[in-house]
Amino acid sequence: MANYVLVESRDPFEYQDAQAFYDLARDLTKAGNKVTFYLVQNGVIPARRGCRFERVAELAQAGVSVIADDFSLRERAIPTGKLHDKVTVSNVDALVDLLMQDGTKAIWH
Amino acid sequence: MARKTLSVLLMDPPYESNNTPTALRVIDAALRKGHNVNVFAYEGAVALTLKGQAPHPNPVKGTTVEQQQHPTPKDWIAALMKSVQGDQKIDWINCGLCVDERGAGDWIEGARRGSPADFAKMADASNQTLVIATR
Repeated sequence: MANYVLVESRDPFEYQDAQAFYDLARDLTKAGNKVTFYLVQNGVIPARRGCRFERVAELAQAGVSVIADDFSLRERAIPTGKLHDKVTVSNVDALVDLLMQDGTKAIWH
Repeated sequence: MARKTLSVLLMDPPYESNNTPTALRVIDAALRKGHNVNVFAYEGAVALTLKGQAPHPNPVKGTTVEQQQHPTPKDWIAALMKSVQGDQKIDWINCGLCVDERGAGDWIEGARRGSPADFAKMADASNQTLVIATR
């Protein structure tokens, strides 16, 4: 079992390959790894409650820790109260702490 | 907390991608937490440290340089370089091949020339490496 931090900067409505990154997060978790999925930039768009792209909820239900970047939310005028209830809000300070944990594997998309 | 080392590879040129300010935010956070940071600027990212970047007015809106408050990546990076404390380090390497291709070699103080082999060494000696590829 390993720790993975997957940083998703892309909006799945704009980049179809985001689907593969969501698949990776889900499959790593199914394989017994601990996965954090950090949404940043336009990657926060599907974190909104009621969004028709429902894979954020799927990841959370699979056991992935889904985090939305607070700065990216503010830039896009997305209130934290409008997020999917499985999404937590954090910041790059916490992201650095996650990244610098021993043995953590990081992938940016 | 023990000091660790984060390496970051950047590929996007200035003013092209949201990746750049996000990466600089991550680098800033790592430095504030006392970590060392290595940056390998590849392809268009070698222009991030170009000394000649200048803020400009906006004649369409009729605003001055001061009113625009136009940020430049080289000033952000210079501020990161100045923020290191004591024996903490930030090592900024621009890919020499990419620099030569673009004629982009006039940098702010603190950046240095290197090669992709330096990135391999950085990654090997780091606790974490983030590769932020262009789209």
